[in-house]
Parts: sequence; C-alpha cells; structure tokens
Amino acid sequence: MIVLIVVLILVALVAGDVLLIRRLRRRRREFASRTRSLVPEVLVTKVASRPDLNDIETMERRLSASRSVFERVRALSGVGTLSREQLDVVEEVLLRSDIGVSTTNEILALLQENGAPSGIASALRVALLASLNTDRTIRTEASPGRVPVWLFVGVNGVGKTTTIGKLAQRHANEGRRVMLAAGDTFRAAASEQLQQWATRTGSDIVRAGEGADPGSVVHDAIGRALARGADIVLADTAGRRANSTNLLDELSKIRRVADREPGEVIETFMVLDATTGQNALSQAREFLAAANVTGIVLTKLDGTARGGIVVAIERELAIPVKYVGVGESVDDLLVFDPRNFVDSLLDA
Amino acid sequence: MFDALSDRLERISSSLRSRGRLSDADLEAALADVRSALLDADVEFGVVRAFLDAVRERLSGEVLSQSLSPGQQVIKAVHDQLVDILGSSALKITYASRPPTVVLLAGLQGAGKTTTAAKLALWFKQQGRQPYLVAADLQRPAAVEQLRVLAREIGIDVFSQSSDPVDVAKKGLDEATRLGRDVVIIDTAGRLAIDDALMREVRAISDVTSPHYTFLVIDAVTGQDAVHTAKAFHETLELSGLIVTKLDYDTRGGAVLSARGVVGRPVVFASNGERLADFDLFYPDRMASRILGMGDVMSLIEQAERTMDPDVVAESAGRMMSGQFTLDDFMAQLNQVRKMGSLGGIMRLMPGVTKEMRSAASNVDEGQLNKIEAIVNSMTKRERREPVIIDGSRRARIAKGSGTSVSAVNQLLKQFSEMRKMMRQMGGNNPTLPGPMGKMANLAARAQAQRGDQVPAGFESLAAGMKAGAAKQGGPKNKKKKGGRVTPPKQR
Repeated sequence: MIVLIVVLILVALVAGDVLLIRRLRRRRREFASRTRSLVPEVLVTKVASRPDLNDIETMERRLSASRSVFERVRALSGVGTLSREQLDVVEEVLLRSDIGVSTTNEILALLQENGAPSGIASALRVALLASLNTDRTIRTEASPGRVPVWLFVGVNGVGKTTTIGKLAQRHANEGRRVMLAAGDTFRAAASEQLQQWATRTGSDIVRAGEGADPGSVVHDAIGRALARGADIVLADTAGRRANSTNLLDELSKIRRVADREPGEVIETFMVLDATTGQNALSQAREFLAAANVTGIVLTKLDGTARGGIVVAIERELAIPVKYVGVGESVDDLLVFDPRNFVDSLLDA
Repeated sequence: MFDALSDRLERISSSLRSRGRLSDADLEAALADVRSALLDADVEFGVVRAFLDAVRERLSGEVLSQSLSPGQQVIKAVHDQLVDILGSSALKITYASRPPTVVLLAGLQGAGKTTTAAKLALWFKQQGRQPYLVAADLQRPAAVEQLRVLAREIGIDVFSQSSDPVDVAKKGLDEATRLGRDVVIIDTAGRLAIDDALMREVRAISDVTSPHYTFLVIDAVTGQDAVHTAKAFHETLELSGLIVTKLDYDTRGGAVLSARGVVGRPVVFASNGERLADFDLFYPDRMASRILGMGDVMSLIEQAERTMDPDVVAESAGRMMSGQFTLDDFMAQLNQVRKMGSLGGIMRLMPGVTKEMRSAASNVDEGQLNKIEAIVNSMTKRERREPVIIDGSRRARIAKGSGTSVSAVNQLLKQFSEMRKMMRQMGGNNPTLPGPMGKMANLAARAQAQRGDQVPAGFESLAAGMKAGAAKQGGPKNKKKKGGRVTPPKQR
C-alpha cells in the first residue's frame, strides 16, 4: 500500500509540473564513447589512391551549390576579432551547410577565441581542416592468404549498389580482379542492378534469390574469389534503418561471416547520402557499433547537397570520409581530399 | 546532443518556477533552445527563423495560462504552431469524375519513389480503387524491375516499355483507360540532384498526362537541402502535396517542416516502414510531437490543464521542488491526480513508461488510495506540517482514527520522508540516474525490499517494470534477436 504513494507522488510530480525526461541523452553519450573503442587497428599494407579528377577546379565546379552557401563567408572582410554580426553570418552559413548545432558552436567558439588574423574565410578554413584530420588510408590488401573484403553498409536509398559498381570499376582500372557479392537479398531487383554493374565492369558476381541469407552470399563470394584468384570482394548489403536492433544484428552477423577465414574485412564503408541531415550522426553511430565502420563514402555531394555533415561526423565520431561522389558517372567517385573540399568551399 | 526539446525547456522552466511569469529574457532563452532543437531536427535555417517569429507572436498575444509552467507554455505554443503549419489546409483525395485519376510521383533519387508508388497503389486498392502503375523511371538500372516485383506482391499491374519516359507515361495512361482502371500512378526517374534534364523530363511527363495529383516524395532524413529540392520541384510541377518517406528512421524529420514551410502544400501521406502496408495518411500532431521529441506529453499537459486546479498545483509543486513538501501538499497533489482519471490512463500518456508499469498501475485500486487519505486525515494540522513530531502515542491515535494499523502509519511516514529526500534531489536538478524513471525504479525497489511481504501484488511487477524501463532508457539495446530480417516493429 505504501509503495503506492511513491508512484502516486511521482505521477503527481509529473502532472504537477515536473516532466524531466532525460532518457536519450545519456544513452547516446554512452554509445559514442563505447563505439569509439571498437574501431579495430588494421595493418596498413598498401594505399590505393591515384591522382584523378580530384583537382580543385573540378571540386569547385561540382560543389557549386555548397560553394554558394559559403559565399557570404567568403565575402566577409576584416581581420582580428570577429564582430557579433560576422559571427552570426558564419553561424548561419555553417548551420545551412548541415554541420549541425553542436559542431557549429564549437567552431564558433574557436573563431571567437583565435580571432581571424588573416581573414575570416581563412580562419574558418583552419577550423574546418582541424576537424578533418582523421587518418584516411584506404586498405586494399589483407593478411597473407586471406581474401580482402570491402563491406558496404547504409540506410536505404543512399546509393550503396551504385557506389559498389563505381568502385568495382576503379579497382578494375587499377588492375585488380573484383568479385561482387550481391548481399542485398531484400530489395527487389537489387541483385539485378549489381549484375548490370558486374557485366559493365567485367567483374565476377555471386548472387542468390530474393530472401536468401546475405551472410551465405558473402561467404560464397569469398570462397569463389579464393578459387578464382580474385583480388578483392566487394560485398553489398541491404539498406537498413539504423534504429532496428534486428537489422543491425543481421549486419553484425554478415560482418562476422565475411571476416572469418579465408575472408578478411579490411574496410567497412558506410555509404551516406550527402543530403542527409543530422540523422547521419545517429546512422553513423549505430553502424559503427554494429559493423565497425572504417570509412564513409559520401554520395550525391554535387548539386544542392551541403556536405557539412562530413565535418560533424569526423569531429564527433572520428570516422573518416574516404570517397565522395560528385556526379553520376563512374569517374565521379573521388578519393576524398579534405583540403580540396574545404578550399573549394572557401577559396575566393 | 539530441536532447528532447521538451526536456530542455523543462530545465529552464524549473528555474523559472518560483517566478511563474514569462519575462522577455526567459522567453528568448527558451526560444534559443527551441531554435537549437529545430535545427538539430534538420528544419531549414530560414524556416526556423520564420517559425520562431510566429511562436513569439503567439506567446505575446496569449493570456498566460496559470496551470502550465512557463516552459510548458512555450512547448505548447511551439507545438500548436507546428501543428498549424503541418496540418493546415489538408488535402482530401478526391477522384476524377472521368477516370482515371492520374497521380504523378516526383523526387530525388533514393527518396523512395518506386517503393512509394507501390505503397500508394496498395493504399488506393484498400480504398476500393483499381490502381495501375506506370514505370516511367528508365534512368536507374533495374527500377522497372523493382516496381514489377513490388507490384506482383500486391497484385497490381505495371505498365512498362523500353522507349522514352514521356512515351511510356502516355501509353501507360492510354492502357489504363483501356483496361478501365480508375487510378494511375506514374513513377518517374530521380536524379542525384536537381538538374535541368530531370526537370524537363518530369515536366514533359506532366504535360502529356496532366495529372490530378502531383506529389513530391521527400526523404525524412534530408537536411537543410530539403527546401531547395521542394522549391525546385514546386516551381516546375506545381505540387499538390508531399509524401514523406523513411519516417521509421530515428529522425526528427525536420525536413518535412522545411518543405512544408516553403512549398505551402500539405503533407498527404507518410511512409513509416519497409513493408508495403507501412503507409498511411499523414498526422500532423504526431509529426509535431516527433519534431519536438516529446511523445504524448502534450495530451498529458492538456489533460492536466483541463482537470487540475492550477493554484493548488503550482503551490505544492513549488514546495515540492524546494523540499518543503508537507503531507497537506501531498494530499492536495493526490486529489489533483485522482481528478485526472485512472492511474493507468495517466501512465499511458507518460513518455518512457513500459507496458508492465502501465498494467501494474491500473491494478491499483481506489480502496488503497482511500486508506492513505484516511491516515492523513486522521492527523492534526501540525502533524501534517511537521511529521517529525509524530511519536508512538500519536501513531496509535492516527491508526485508530483511520481504522488502520500502526505499521501502516509507520510505512506511510517512512515513505513520505524518503519522498521528500528524493524531491530535494530532483529539485536540485542533479540526477544520478537516467531521469526520474530511474529514481522511481530505485525507490520502488528499495521500498519493496524493505517491506517485501506487504507489497501489494501489482507492485512487484511495477517495480520490475520500472527497472526495465529505466534500463532500456539508460543502457544499450538488449532486445534478443529472433532470426534474420524480421518485420520491423511498427512505430506508434
């Protein structure tokens, strides 16, 4: 009977004014700190990057929309301490570019503290680059005797399958033999789409019927890659929302299967649509925990997308962006170069 | 960083409580939090600014309600404004007098147009219509195939042809007329970004089919870009409304507000899951709560506003927070709460309450409440104000007067002092556990341990439920996996 009072009074507390709901914040904070330690130390054996279209003019052209958002910052003149109005402009621009409230506030604090000794755009460039200093090495080789696997994860509609197709082309250009694993057995016609890419890029592919176990598809692909002497396996997975335990568990399982001998998952890419807003952070957090994401492929960065979310993710979660898609053609998937990226936004 | 907005406002509100009035400075502080919350929810910058102006207007014009704390008033104003924006001028689907009714879907790549086309077809079918799908997305590899597979699942025919999209749309429409279908849904190609070619193509399709409804399919996780997309499509096509997808994601969906704010057309449908049936008309109030991250608290606040006596509540709540809580206040609160209805009903409205807690709360019977009331009523005024003076002989007298036992009186006093302690902590705003739920769980568990034998049946599960609830809020997900890809749990 008496315990009842406790409940009653708490209900009274609620009804009588005191709604203190703090459930999410703590959980998320724990999650972030827990996941940070999950990133595995992977032996860097070889770096795959080649000079390509990744020059500043191309970036500037492709990022014209993001560039125009930053126009107002580029137009700010003056050195030294920033005025209230100038800070407001910078704030607006950062928020409009999807950098998010907390990262924006950090950058603003930094600007306020350091001032702008050589112009505001240049101070902002320094601040942005400081957030983008993660290790961006792209791994293509596994331990001796193991088959290197790149696993692709992400939510629906971000362009995973297309990204795999483009990367298959890139590997082929660099002289690697590619095995594709059509692990998206859920979406209607996903494996059909990957098949088209296989044909186009001259890659091998392992497919299974709709509803088949994606883990077994990946497993088969690794086996066949070993048998046929393919140099790398690119494994597709079904798009999944990042807040479903079941779907994330399934992803963990796929990763475990792929990482079992003779396979070795050397990169797990989260494919992210550059138009995504702050939800990208929670996506990244969940996928990091479920599948040890080692890098992000940011798609659809051209057009009107802002890409500021890159800064937020690298700053808050320390997951490097490794590739960016700035167009629809195969060559438009570039190795991400933060300096180019920031310069193309802020260079006068 | 995703603090629920209501949470933040409540924090402000508790610092304002003693003053009880909303000063300009308080309002601006509260609105600054609203701003952050909206931006965190991906509402576009310009839309946020306009929104805040409207809320400010609303609050300055309104007579301050006595039964709500300043924070709650701000929340209510924000919520009402959201519902206003999201819900006004709702679109009612009517059908063309000369069928077929033509529906055109447009949107960026990856927004979920093709899946939406199938879902929409299913929805029309459930309305007793005979929909027909036209696959005019010849851009994306395998888009047609995808639509076919989905359509087969729900038994709807798809028209497709490998010519150009405009031709497909036109022929598809003719075919639908020939077959006597009364709704035609045209799926169009998306692009990575808005470009002229895309706009020309979709415009041309629109011209040859003259659709009755043109919907923009927009992804709920879109960031600041939502506005540009919506604007560009609206300028080209003159949209009749929006369809929001991916609402099942862990997103606030501010994009909806952005697009709505810019285009001025209603959100008509929302898709909240992967299954084809996870699709329904859009409910603005739910979306408003979602953007604010606040569950059903609004109903709770409203219910409180309707039934409770604001002066009584405010007075005792103020003392509650400062630790000056007396048994009189307790009785006042208890009576106010009882006016609001059954405990079970109230629990249903509280965020973070588990099903177990709810069912336990609904087991509490009125007789027990009456007993508590009797005990308190048997005390003298001074005893109620200063329970410490209640000694052995007073206890015996109270027990006798209330027709209960001395041990019952003891329990009540003991629990009451615990409550006071806890309230002081809550008032100090220094929670060690995730929220009040954690405290409730602890307290209930402790009480149970102390008086295990006398705990009414319902309370064991109540305490357990609370602990489970708190654990769920505080810890990582611990749900057991049950096989491969299963149907995702339906969002509320």
